[in-house]
Amino acid sequence: MKQFKFVPVVALAASLFLTACGSDAGNSAATEASGDTVKVGALAPLTGDVAIYGQTTLNGEQLAVKEINAAGGINGQQIEFIVEDEKGDTTEATNAYTKLQGEGIVALVGDVTSKPTLAVADLANEDAVPMITPTGTQFDITAGKDHVFRVCFTDPFQGLMLAQYADENLSVSKVAILTNNSSDYSQGVAKAFKEEAEKRGLTVVAEESYGDADTDFSAQLTKIAGVGAETLVIPDYYQKIALIASQARDAGVNATFIGPDGWDGVVEQLEGNTEVVDGALFTNHYSVKDSAEKVQNFINAYKAEYNENPSAFSALGYDAVYMLKQAIEEGGSTESDAIVSALSGIQFDGVTGALTFDADHNPVKSVSIIKIENGEYNLDTVLAPK
Amino acid sequence: MTFLLQLLNGLQLGSIFALIALGYTMVYGISKLINFAHGDILMWGGYIIYFTIPFFISMGLPLWLSVVPAILFCMALGGVIEKIAYKPLRNSPRIASLITAIGVSLLLQNIVMKYIGTGALTIPKIFKANPNLPVSVNFIITVVTTAVLLTLLMLYMNKSKYGKAILATSEDYDAARLVGINVNTSISLTFVIGSAVAAVGSLLYVAQYAQITPTMGSMLGIKAFVAAVLGGIGSIPGAVLGGFLLGIVENLTRAYISSQLADAFVFGILVVVLLVKPTGIFGKTMKEKV
Repeated sequence: MKQFKFVPVVALAASLFLTACGSDAGNSAATEASGDTVKVGALAPLTGDVAIYGQTTLNGEQLAVKEINAAGGINGQQIEFIVEDEKGDTTEATNAYTKLQGEGIVALVGDVTSKPTLAVADLANEDAVPMITPTGTQFDITAGKDHVFRVCFTDPFQGLMLAQYADENLSVSKVAILTNNSSDYSQGVAKAFKEEAEKRGLTVVAEESYGDADTDFSAQLTKIAGVGAETLVIPDYYQKIALIASQARDAGVNATFIGPDGWDGVVEQLEGNTEVVDGALFTNHYSVKDSAEKVQNFINAYKAEYNENPSAFSALGYDAVYMLKQAIEEGGSTESDAIVSALSGIQFDGVTGALTFDADHNPVKSVSIIKIENGEYNLDTVLAPK
Repeated sequence: MTFLLQLLNGLQLGSIFALIALGYTMVYGISKLINFAHGDILMWGGYIIYFTIPFFISMGLPLWLSVVPAILFCMALGGVIEKIAYKPLRNSPRIASLITAIGVSLLLQNIVMKYIGTGALTIPKIFKANPNLPVSVNFIITVVTTAVLLTLLMLYMNKSKYGKAILATSEDYDAARLVGINVNTSISLTFVIGSAVAAVGSLLYVAQYAQITPTMGSMLGIKAFVAAVLGGIGSIPGAVLGGFLLGIVENLTRAYISSQLADAFVFGILVVVLLVKPTGIFGKTMKEKV
């Protein structure tokens, strides 16, 4: 994946840029009376191991802020967007949150990855700061927290939708599961998939797992090939998927591969060898091939701003900011209670689909099923939960 | 049939362990040093293959030829590491060289992380698959290459002048020096040969797994070390046998017991060998010199 080489440069540039913005924001806050602007805090890892996720999410958020401000702001007030880098670290995230809270933000957009998001969610909920995480998928982040919402679907929800798809659209009966036993993400998807698949009368013919450091999966795959699985669900991120998919074909696995959003990027990872994932399907937040006007407008605006295709993270970040705008407008106030009650009952129509919230503040929304064909991601169908 | 397939899977994995274990065992045999950076030499070999492959593609040459620059580079790297990191410590307590080896390993990994990136890179298919064969092309090439390298290495050690010098040095530094053997050359030569074998290992590794990361050498290196101990550290055929056994045990554990327990079995073997026969299968009991 070529962009990894540029991550340090991008991150450095971004941090310099943000430092500059930060001091700028500080100055303007000191000179202007507060109340002229709506202060919104943002948390994201802009340096460190997961910087690529933070950076693309923030790009989407900043694009939304720019558009909203250019169109007159929220209820006539400009958004003042205060960004803090948390380096993908829980301690840094907690400190950055405290700093943002001290600046008097009315709401928080972030955090990006699940672990720091969970820590910040606890604090924001205690302080009654409305928080929307664009991308934190772990179930506990929002459960039982009045002030915390998310735009993305959860890990278990993806497993559920995959089982529904396998049953209804693939009409298979024998399914196999191959999981990473050191990943909460992988386990979360697999568990929900298994429960739903069994509820629907599918037979789970093999359940295998591997460790994070493994590169050889031939033992597990030979077994899966031996039991004649028709569908193999592999919930993991694209780097592992690339390895597993190549070895699966060698081991004689003929099953259709399905997986969650971590698959996004697998084609780029496989470069010249994409036939091993041909026909594979995965759930995602949206598809760049979706012809809906809202989606295409977003993609064009994003390309014009950053000169690259937006990732699902960018789309989720973009939606998070617009969702906050709608909630403040509908609540008619930037008070915490007004925002939270507006969010709870929101009917939001974003780039990543139309959504409402359930009791745990998890979005009830449809998922895009992406099919890999000839090394391209095509939109297979948009699947609504049943 | 499935059992046979699983056995072959294990043999293939074991061949790669064996090739790395050769480097461990030779270096240990001559300098009593466990070179924990050895797996990282294989990792660098993988990166050299990654960066030279476009050249071979543009010249229309077979991709496996990229093993040549990898071998040359790894030989140089092994030689330089020995000169800079280990030679000055030759008369220090053994713990000093051990810690240095860990330091070198981290250095090699971090250089790659800093200048190339932490993400995984993909290597194009090196050997074209042939559906007419009952087993994969990768399997045949891996196992045959390992067997050929083992034979060549044994011949070199027992028949050639330099090989005999290495054997003599590993028996007794001072006696070797007295009969006119250049001990320093012998030790350097061992590092260089071990690194060249590791470079061949990197080609076989990327042909099968097609992905390189900066940390891929750590776990491979540790497992190869277990293989070397199992076969009898210091013994060349022992390293290969140990590698094969370890690969098969790991694979069969995954297939028939539990994939979670595979690593536990591998390291359990290390514990058992150290308790029951610390010298390993082919190891000879060292007499204390008085």
